[in-house]
Amino acid sequence: MADAKRNGIKVWVNGAELSVPPDCTAAAAVARAGVTMHRRSVEGHARGPLCGMGVCMECRVTINGELHQRGCQTLCMDGMRIETAEVASDA
Amino acid sequence: MKRAYDILIAGGGIVGAACADELARRGADVCVVEAECAGSGATAAGMGHVVVMDDSEAQFALNHCSQQLWNELREALPENCEFDGCGTLWAAADEEEMNEARRKADHYAARGVAAEILDSAALAEAEPNLRPGLAGALFVPGDSVVFAPCVAKWLLDRAMENGATLITGKRIVELRSDGAVLNDGSIISAKRMVNAAGSLAPQLTPGIPVRPRKGHIVVTDRYPGFVRHHITELGYLKNAHASDRDSVSFVVQRRMTGQVLLGSSRQFDVTDAAIEPGILARMIQRALEYMPGLGQLNTIRCWAGFRAATPDNLPLIGPHPTRENLWLATGHEGLGITMAPGTGRLLADLMLDGEALIDPAPYLPARFANSEARHG
Amino acid sequence: MPERTCRIAIIGAGPAGMAAAVSAVEAGAENVLVIDDNPRPGGQIWRGETDDATAREWMQKFEPCGAALLGQTRIVAAPQPGVLLAENGAKTLTIRYEKLILATGASERFLPFPGWTRPNVMGAGGLQTLAKGGLPLEGKRVVVAGSGPLLLAVADEMWHMGARIKCIAEQAAPNAVMRLGLRLLGSPGKLAQAVQLKLRLFGVPYRMGWHPLQVDGADGTSGDDSDAPVASVTLTNGAAKRIQIPCDYLACAFHLTPRLELAHLLGCDTEWIERQCQRRTTVDAWQRSSVEGVYCAGESTGVGGVDAALIEGRIAGYAATGAQDRARPLLKQRDAWRRFADAMNETFAPRPELRMLPEPRTIICRCEDVRYEQVVAKESWRAAKLHTRHGMGACQGRICGGAAEFLFDWSARSSRPPVCPTRMKTLAERPSADQKGD
Ligand SMILES: Cc1cc2nc3c(=O)[nH]c(=O)nc-3n(C[C@H](O)[C@H](O)[C@H](O)COP(=O)(O)OP(=O)(O)OC[C@H]3O[C@@H](n4cnc5c(N)ncnc54)[C@H](O)[C@@H]3O)c2cc1C
Ligand SMILES: Cc1cc2nc3c(=O)[nH]c(=O)nc-3n(C[C@H](O)[C@H](O)[C@H](O)COP(=O)(O)OP(=O)(O)OC[C@H]3O[C@@H](n4cnc5c(N)ncnc54)[C@H](O)[C@@H]3O)c2cc1C
Ligand code: FES
Repeated sequence: MADAKRNGIKVWVNGAELSVPPDCTAAAAVARAGVTMHRRSVEGHARGPLCGMGVCMECRVTINGELHQRGCQTLCMDGMRIETAEVASDA
Repeated sequence: MKRAYDILIAGGGIVGAACADELARRGADVCVVEAECAGSGATAAGMGHVVVMDDSEAQFALNHCSQQLWNELREALPENCEFDGCGTLWAAADEEEMNEARRKADHYAARGVAAEILDSAALAEAEPNLRPGLAGALFVPGDSVVFAPCVAKWLLDRAMENGATLITGKRIVELRSDGAVLNDGSIISAKRMVNAAGSLAPQLTPGIPVRPRKGHIVVTDRYPGFVRHHITELGYLKNAHASDRDSVSFVVQRRMTGQVLLGSSRQFDVTDAAIEPGILARMIQRALEYMPGLGQLNTIRCWAGFRAATPDNLPLIGPHPTRENLWLATGHEGLGITMAPGTGRLLADLMLDGEALIDPAPYLPARFANSEARHG
Repeated sequence: MPERTCRIAIIGAGPAGMAAAVSAVEAGAENVLVIDDNPRPGGQIWRGETDDATAREWMQKFEPCGAALLGQTRIVAAPQPGVLLAENGAKTLTIRYEKLILATGASERFLPFPGWTRPNVMGAGGLQTLAKGGLPLEGKRVVVAGSGPLLLAVADEMWHMGARIKCIAEQAAPNAVMRLGLRLLGSPGKLAQAVQLKLRLFGVPYRMGWHPLQVDGADGTSGDDSDAPVASVTLTNGAAKRIQIPCDYLACAFHLTPRLELAHLLGCDTEWIERQCQRRTTVDAWQRSSVEGVYCAGESTGVGGVDAALIEGRIAGYAATGAQDRARPLLKQRDAWRRFADAMNETFAPRPELRMLPEPRTIICRCEDVRYEQVVAKESWRAAKLHTRHGMGACQGRICGGAAEFLFDWSARSSRPPVCPTRMKTLAERPSADQKGD
């Protein structure tokens, strides 16, 4: 734990390892990884966080394999795996 | 607005809508009065399972003819009606239930309904999220799932294209022999009235043998692929779903949206639509016995609705035995969505002197005429 | 299933909830339990931070006061009177209480306009909260828009975090804001800060009577049909004037609305205040709701700011402990804050012109991608819902409901469990007393 405090917490965002400060939320970790899209809407458009407080459900991501978790209300933990909907290729 | 019609229909649920559609198509001048909006009521609460059942020959007959009508509608239905020909899996937990599955299969085969027995392994492959070790299932591929409120809306729209009138947001306070009085005091005249007010039908026609039977439903966020069919446990035979006691059984269904819809409970003599946490918990516990992974899914909403139950589990379709100019189309209990097209056809056949598609006798309200007289 | 029994349960560890806890303990209450969805106390405004003097003061009172805090725990249902069902991570928990204080705060009001669904268009408080949670703002260009004093507070804080605030656009008309500003100067305490903040932000244009018109993406498209995050926002003052401002984030919300899910679930009366475009829990002088034993304090009784929340929390804490005499001296001051809050809420109620913001193809319901043209002609919220899936998605109308209330005059109240998405197995739990029956 003390180690995590000093070096930051290691999480994976879409498979890429990332070091985040303590008390960082999963939604912020996604932004830190340079990803703006958390999920795809019903019609397939990119969406990211809106309310920041657990109400809108726009920040839903897959955390440690569990679908539809609110990124903004989840604190990063060492080793946490966060997956967003992948950005569609331009092809 | 015109105030006199051939036929006035009380209720714009899926049954009222199907009746309006059929009557208007055959040229009747129809007006539907709906207290809320198209497809409100039980139609908005139900699971939308279009299923062939075999509790009795009469039930089967109306179900079967309705299903054929559903298949005719299928092509025309817009996307928002979410027609999904996913079929039904009747899940058998043990050998006793497997015997019931086989009996059902034979019964269906004899009546031209395709059905297939799955053994334990085949069931596990068909529905990987069911708990391992179930005995097997009966698969009925011809069954389907729809989103009933949009179907009701679409049927009413089509009725309007054929000249029908729809009044929403107004409640009928009295059904008379020459029309209806609405809650704003206005009167709509009609030659004949159809009470299609679902579980609320007795409010407009006191004395008819219809009792509300409450049911709870749970819906989840979107988990495409988690469930692949409509699954019902055959255990309902044992857990007294058919009796007067409160009961729960495992019914789960995939939606075209990727959501999972979970039912169901049955309770008589409750009229408050509030969620009852105790029965909801029992219902979910039952489901978890069959599909443990459901426990992890995010539930986004729960609700309850009322089926219109009759003493013999058959609907009331036809003229009221004593009241002049009054017709009934209600009492479909847990099968009103399935039976709506057949009900519309049968009612129109009877009202407009067509040749009835199936024998109407088992559904005629007159069958209760005596018991009703006893009730006064 | 684990159970907690307490004398007073307080839902929400924001200013109102913390003050309620401190006061209840001070008045002799034992076994006070505070529950919050957020990991740390402080509510939406403080979020566990202690930079601000008032925040520090209350954190220092709250932490040692003896009330227990259950963080990252959300109340999802109230299966029977005196019992709450909560979810904490993977765990489910039953909480039994004698008295309940609802201090659930407010959330931002969002109004739809073309492009508002794009990534990096967020709430004003929303972006601030995400930044407090670690989203980096250093060097980012931010436009702050919408309505309410929160815009100023948020701009100020984000500026301190290194954001480049390009503009603050307040939809309320300049004269209305000025009128309120004058009252504000005459009023004591914290709220005068808003004006000072504005001065500190000198150099950042504060445009009153301006609102966002549309968002464009880096791919050159506008509207809701592209994946490209916001690249610029076009603001207008309603007249012919328009300006387009490039930005990395648009932080936009139209003031706040009370969070009433739990009040409705418990059956507490709420009231719609037309002039404020706001529904709030009805309370009496002692912060008692219409339901016996249930008190309500803070933003959920009407948006009023942190000082109103604190004083209401104190009154509720005392009253729930039976220490009305301690609460009595606070009533006058509370009423003064309430009057000011009413004036504030009227000032920042959305102007009717904003009803024209959505275009036919603008998404109204973000969960289900339902567009304005699909719902505008519907007769009611229920019809829109049943016929288009509007409001049927994961947020259950918590975002689009407020917009629909304003745009179409539809009431979108719901009082069913779960009050927020909940694992199904949580709803399979039954408190032990209930289980005896069968
Ligand atoms: C939990 C549950 C699950 C179900 N699952 C299925 C299923 O999977 N498959 C299936 O086939 N069936 C199912 N059902 C049954 C099915 O939903 C009903 O049988 C069917 O919807 C009945 O339709 P209806 O039009 O008769 O009644 P309703 O849908 O109840 O419509 C009656 C309408 O009349 C209106 N009304 C009432 N009184 C008045 C008045 N005085 N004035 C004006 N209007 C009035 C109401 O507002 C309502 O819209 C289920 C039911 C429930 C409760
Ligand atoms: C996103 C946001 C940012 C804000 N930022 C500022 C700011 O910078 N400056 C400023 O002056 N004002 C700000 N405000 C306004 C400020 O929140 C209020 O003025 C005041 O602090 C409200 O206090 P409260 O205790 O009533 O509510 P809050 O502080 O909102 O506290 C309510 C608490 O209840 C919890 N809660 C709600 N429902 C449940 C549930 N079902 N289960 C468990 N917990 C629940 C919430 O997680 C929250 O922590 C902000 C508001 C919002 C919405
Ligand atoms: S950003 Fe709204 S719920 Fe997370």
